[in-house]
Amino acid sequence: MKSISKYYHWLTCALIVMITLPAQAKTWRVSPKGKLPSVQQAIDLASPGDTIVVEHGIYKEKTITVTKPLYLLGINYPVLDGERKHEVLAIKSSRVTVEGFLVQHSGYSSYNDIAGIRVYNSRLVTIKNNKLFDTFFGIYTQHAANCTITGNELQSKAVTELNSANGIHCWKSDSMHIVGNKISGHRDGIYFEFVTNSLIEKNYSAGNVRYGLHFMFSHDDKYVENEFFNNGAGVAVMFSRGVTMIGNTFRENWGGAAYGLLLKEISDSRMEHNRFLKNTVGIFMEGTSRMKIVSNDFDNNGWAMRVQASCSENEIVGNNFRGNTFDVGTNGSLVLNTFNGNYWDKYEGYDLDRNGTGDVPYRPVSLYSMIAERNPATMMLFRSFMVSLLDKSEKIIPGATPENLKDERPQMRPFKR
Amino acid sequence: MIIATSVTKKFGRLTALENVSVTCNKGQSIALIGPNGSGKTTFIKCLLGMVVPDSGFITFNQQNIIHDWKYRSHIGYMPQVGRYPENMTIAQVLDMMKDIRREQKAALDEELIEAFQLGKIMNKRMRTLSGGTRQKVSAAIAFLFNPDMLILDEPTAGLDPLSTEILKEKIRKEKHKGKLILITSHILSDLDDIITEVMYMQDGQLRFHKSLEQLKEDTGEKGLSRAIASIMKANAQ
Amino acid sequence: MKKIIKYVILDILRNRIMIGYTLFLLIIALSVFGLEGNPSKGVLSLLNVVLIIVPLISIIFSTIYVYNSAEFIELLVSQPIKRRSLWMSIFTGLASSLCTAFFIGCGIPLLIYVPDATGFTMLGMGLLITVIFTAIALLASMFTRDKAKGIGISILLWFYFTLIFDGIILFLLFQFMDYPLEKAMIAFSFMNPVDLGRILILLKLDISALMGATSALFRDFFGSGQGMIIALLIMALWIILPLWFSVRRFAQKDL
Repeated sequence: MKSISKYYHWLTCALIVMITLPAQAKTWRVSPKGKLPSVQQAIDLASPGDTIVVEHGIYKEKTITVTKPLYLLGINYPVLDGERKHEVLAIKSSRVTVEGFLVQHSGYSSYNDIAGIRVYNSRLVTIKNNKLFDTFFGIYTQHAANCTITGNELQSKAVTELNSANGIHCWKSDSMHIVGNKISGHRDGIYFEFVTNSLIEKNYSAGNVRYGLHFMFSHDDKYVENEFFNNGAGVAVMFSRGVTMIGNTFRENWGGAAYGLLLKEISDSRMEHNRFLKNTVGIFMEGTSRMKIVSNDFDNNGWAMRVQASCSENEIVGNNFRGNTFDVGTNGSLVLNTFNGNYWDKYEGYDLDRNGTGDVPYRPVSLYSMIAERNPATMMLFRSFMVSLLDKSEKIIPGATPENLKDERPQMRPFKR
Repeated sequence: MIIATSVTKKFGRLTALENVSVTCNKGQSIALIGPNGSGKTTFIKCLLGMVVPDSGFITFNQQNIIHDWKYRSHIGYMPQVGRYPENMTIAQVLDMMKDIRREQKAALDEELIEAFQLGKIMNKRMRTLSGGTRQKVSAAIAFLFNPDMLILDEPTAGLDPLSTEILKEKIRKEKHKGKLILITSHILSDLDDIITEVMYMQDGQLRFHKSLEQLKEDTGEKGLSRAIASIMKANAQ
Repeated sequence: MKKIIKYVILDILRNRIMIGYTLFLLIIALSVFGLEGNPSKGVLSLLNVVLIIVPLISIIFSTIYVYNSAEFIELLVSQPIKRRSLWMSIFTGLASSLCTAFFIGCGIPLLIYVPDATGFTMLGMGLLITVIFTAIALLASMFTRDKAKGIGISILLWFYFTLIFDGIILFLLFQFMDYPLEKAMIAFSFMNPVDLGRILILLKLDISALMGATSALFRDFFGSGQGMIIALLIMALWIILPLWFSVRRFAQKDL
């Protein structure tokens, strides 16, 4: 106890220092017609801890570089314009806050990562309530830690994957907070590579040409209550472990190669209370192991889940499967995953003992989905009379579908959320 | 008016018509006679274009009937067994026929409709009619459009004596108007005083075609039935 | 020709089966849309009706009608009427009455509950399939004079188009699994109007992506305007060819 109270004592001292510092800090005003018409000039003049207030106006200053801890505050969204040539705002110091700017027209390049706002090797940077328009990369962090990116709106004009870049791009960063941003018109909405211990929360990522969220080699991250809507290929989470996904919505990711969520080489992760709505494939799983997929809703997808034979020891429990064309598709006959106690709207069994659980197991893989998986050309016969006859007969006398892919305790009623 | 040249028709192995050539002219009244299955009806159907000959051709007013269908507006046809849409009433059938053949503006000849008193049963459906009544309807339709040529296949079969007389009277009347009339009948006594020529068919072949006088002369018989009977007897031997 | 069409239609309208068919479709369509809260699910249920029941009724009714109106045909053939126009009139009368029945039974509910591209496509395909199977029925009835045999042929043809053909396709697909079959698939789908109709409806049902997920070529072809036009032309051929052959046979037929 004694050691803890000592710790608190030091913390209080530190806080007092931090709070009193800004009080001594100076405030610089930048406005197009004022004494200080240049943001860069103000930054150069300011001392660490100062505040720079930027009035409404258009500032074309090539690249503005922040090299000391400052608070940059825009009034009525002053425009920082990169004239389609430059990186607009480069943050090369820790403890910088950027708020209330409109950053637009960054340069485009096929060999440089040009961004609207870029954070280099810094900590405790906050980027909040900015608007980014027509930028190549939107907000880019490298070797950053404990940064907060919140309440920003990013909108660009990506058409193809080749000529576009990501909205929020984090590379080799740690403990990031990405909260409440809106991202559209980029290649990937949010891109994580080698990012750990971070939280992605309440973002809205829609209409990006590739993925709404793209995750690579990023362990122990958590993403919560985000919405991914109508992106080119949905959300991809790859080569990571310890990922937690809660309460996200994956919606209307339709297209030949689109998924709600692509899980590739993921292990020891958790998915709860997510909603998959009208995706070509709700979850596509490949090389995924020890995942717990619990209490999610799969509604009106082409396939609710496609579980490749390379997946093992996953548990799919207590989910609702409603209105999907195919509930589960798989490419192998060996199944090492557990389906248990889910609700399947296609279940035709009975519940004689009235315990809410069906008395006969449900087989979520239909014969035709197996056929279509092995031989895609048979999609031509989709919903034909013959196919429905085949499926019905397979239901009565199972033969071709995987023996142990079944839900032993299918629920009679959907779970209420 | 109508010329058939080497008309041949086979139904599978059965030869219904073999090399039949014949010329019929306006004002003639021809009896087409022969035993059952001799090809009479097939020949008539060929004339009407209902059966297409395998070889040979038929012309009507110098027009090959294969490429023509309008010539049928000059023909009134009374089939052996009148078959009509079962659900239609007599009135509807008559109206339909009038409707279909409306292009000719010639006045309609409704004498037979009156004479057979069809007016009273106009609203009866075809399926409820007796064989005789159907024959009356067929006859009425055949004469209705005042055609230049009449083809009557067994016209008196199934008719009561009174109606037979009415029909014969009508045929006579048309004959005097100079129309070409082609009749087949088994009841030869019916034909005696109507016809001017006789065509005799057997086994799909036309055995002879001559005038009634000539026939009587050749056989030395007075009546048509006797003349034909003697020919049949001769053939049988 | 118009007059004969008029008599054919009047004759069919007197037929109770036609009224029954209309009511049957209407009851199915209304109950499907009434019970399912979600109209797109209703469309899926109706899909089977359009692809199975509509061809069946169209082909059987037309065949029976042709055999039953032998008298009518015989009567008219001896009259100054072109055989070709007589036959075309029978076809037109049959096709338009069956289409009317389909339109009232299925089309109106579709227009009320799903007034979008899906509904219109389904309506269009239903009408096309009706006309196609009427044409096929006319051809089938030209093969034999025997009514029982003729109906038998019709049922076989229906069976072939709704089931056997797909079975053969599935068999071929697995026999030649190692070859790229996507292009062949498009050609195969042309060989069966029921399959073609089903694919065109499904593509409107947002399942295009699902098809694309497995075979992109298929979606690209039928998804494009050009492919759509080709598909519709093929459907038209499915009307014209059987009709043309049946007209030729009828022109030579002995009555």
